[in-house]
Amino acid sequence: MYWKTNLKYLAILLVIWFVVSYGCGIIFVDELNTIKLGGFKLGFWFAQQGSIYVFTILIFVYIRLMNKLDKKYNLDS
Amino acid sequence: MDLQTWTWVLVGITFTLYIGIAIWSRAGSTKEFYIAGGGVSPLANGLATAADWMSAASFISMAGLISFNGYDGSVYLMGWTGGYVLLALLLAPYLRKFGKFTVPDFIGDRYYSNVARTVAVFCALLVSFTYVAGQMRGVGLVFSRFLEVDINTGVIIGMIIVLFYAVLGGMKGITYTQVAQYFVLIFAFMVPAIFISIQMTGIAIPQIGFGGTDANGVFLLDKLDGLHRDLGFAEYTSGSKSKLDIFFITAALMAGTAGLPHVIVRFFTVKKVSDARKSAGWALLFIMILYTTAPAIAVFARTNMIETVSNQEYETLPDWFHTWEETGLLSFNDKNGDGRIQYTGDAEINELTIDKDIMVLANPEIAGLPNWVIALVAAGALAAALSTAAGLLLVISASVSHDLIKKMIKPDISEKGELVAARLSAVVAVCVAGYFGINPPDFVAATVALAFGLAAASFFPAIILGIFNKRMNKEGAIAGMVIGIVLMLFYMLKFKFNWFGGGTKDDWWFGISPEGFGTVAMIVNFVVSLVISKFTPAPPENVQEIVENIRIPSGAGEATH
Repeated sequence: MYWKTNLKYLAILLVIWFVVSYGCGIIFVDELNTIKLGGFKLGFWFAQQGSIYVFTILIFVYIRLMNKLDKKYNLDS
Repeated sequence: MDLQTWTWVLVGITFTLYIGIAIWSRAGSTKEFYIAGGGVSPLANGLATAADWMSAASFISMAGLISFNGYDGSVYLMGWTGGYVLLALLLAPYLRKFGKFTVPDFIGDRYYSNVARTVAVFCALLVSFTYVAGQMRGVGLVFSRFLEVDINTGVIIGMIIVLFYAVLGGMKGITYTQVAQYFVLIFAFMVPAIFISIQMTGIAIPQIGFGGTDANGVFLLDKLDGLHRDLGFAEYTSGSKSKLDIFFITAALMAGTAGLPHVIVRFFTVKKVSDARKSAGWALLFIMILYTTAPAIAVFARTNMIETVSNQEYETLPDWFHTWEETGLLSFNDKNGDGRIQYTGDAEINELTIDKDIMVLANPEIAGLPNWVIALVAAGALAAALSTAAGLLLVISASVSHDLIKKMIKPDISEKGELVAARLSAVVAVCVAGYFGINPPDFVAATVALAFGLAAASFFPAIILGIFNKRMNKEGAIAGMVIGIVLMLFYMLKFKFNWFGGGTKDDWWFGISPEGFGTVAMIVNFVVSLVISKFTPAPPENVQEIVENIRIPSGAGEATH
């Protein structure tokens, strides 16, 4: 069960990882560029700023989730 | 004080600091030499990983590359940070639990085969040597421009410093010097960025500033797009590479980052599995500060540069233009003889050639910042180059003394003997790296970018499958790694060095550049490994137990031989 839950977390977080970088920053960059965020075109912003912020948040979310999971299964030595 | 005095003072202070730390933290055992004794705190490890990772390429070249390539430069930003998500989620915790000294250690044990270990050692050496030569070149570049010593003397000074603390301190010395180097390099990177951001947009945070407006209320990015259109360059925020290629290059850089041995070994230095996850988080947070600032610097520098030189009289240009001309990295060829600089996207009439590497270094001068800030940038660039060089040299020396000598050639070597061997291999590695720094073969610059492709095509699938696929056996993994790396080398040699008949852009397979081909080679590696393992015997019982074991975080004992 521990491993299954871990895999589920990985799948969810990696989908977000893919969407913000490959999705917003590359595949749909032109569509998003029609929207402006201050002086930034949104697609450009995701490629050069947003994706990096999300990556960092993802790792910290994973740390939290796993610390909880380790505790639940008494695996936090 | 003049610039040169400032630079000597700041470089002198930082170098003394690094040497002081090295003496304080010298290694007494192989465990200290390879993994810093295994008790580094996650925060310190995060700082060290960030410095280890951010090389001369990140500090000196990246903002310049983005500056010239605009949107296309995003591949480096996403690729070199997104890899950390893979590292934190898919690799670091499990490799830490496994608890050995090196990446070939994992490959050799997990695939119960010295053939696999040898392939891994070969890949580690190939990746690390191509990478380290570029660092030494960066050191030489900074010395020659700011301290006006010969570029070769600069390389030799850098060699002596690295030699001193890598050989003396091993991983332990490197870890704590890297912590110091992180602070030096991030301070040096941020100070000019903040200054220039205030100067150009009135906003002190560069990440917000480059989306701001100039004195006339025009958005900076709109202005830059306009300048690019007028001068005949591709629009800054749109770029010119194909979407497919951008996708593949980003993926290759991400997987390559996660597969780089000198980054992976940093996660062996912490006490437990949860610390490995934590240090990956800290590392990316510290890297994020520089990586989100770099695109801002790119925009500021590009705008400033175009406005300062485009269509100006050569005679009236500021001093920095002429000092950089002397290094040969900036050159003006007055084709139409009107004494003005025509800078355009049309190669026929363009009169100005600028090496991308000078953008970060010249940026504070272009913006007219005080001398101490310019000197600080020099010290920061040296910190970035030296910290990465040291990390790479350690991987090289561990590959030789631990993976080759201890594990294969002479297993009964004593602890003391292995430590001597480790130190000697570090000395040899520094000398080889220095040689390539002084006589850079043409292939170094080209292969640094491709080192990622090589890592993605070899290590990444072997490690991932080793953790997530219990059924993966030595036949599958070895075949995958060999075919992956051979395919990548073939493509690289064909299209970068004109071997095997060469070829141009039009001959690229599916329009994918050699930089992005690592992704293709990686996919091939995955497929080959999976197919071959289906038709060959399952790994022995004890290996399957190892895999079960690394998936559970508790009981991560101390790393052992």
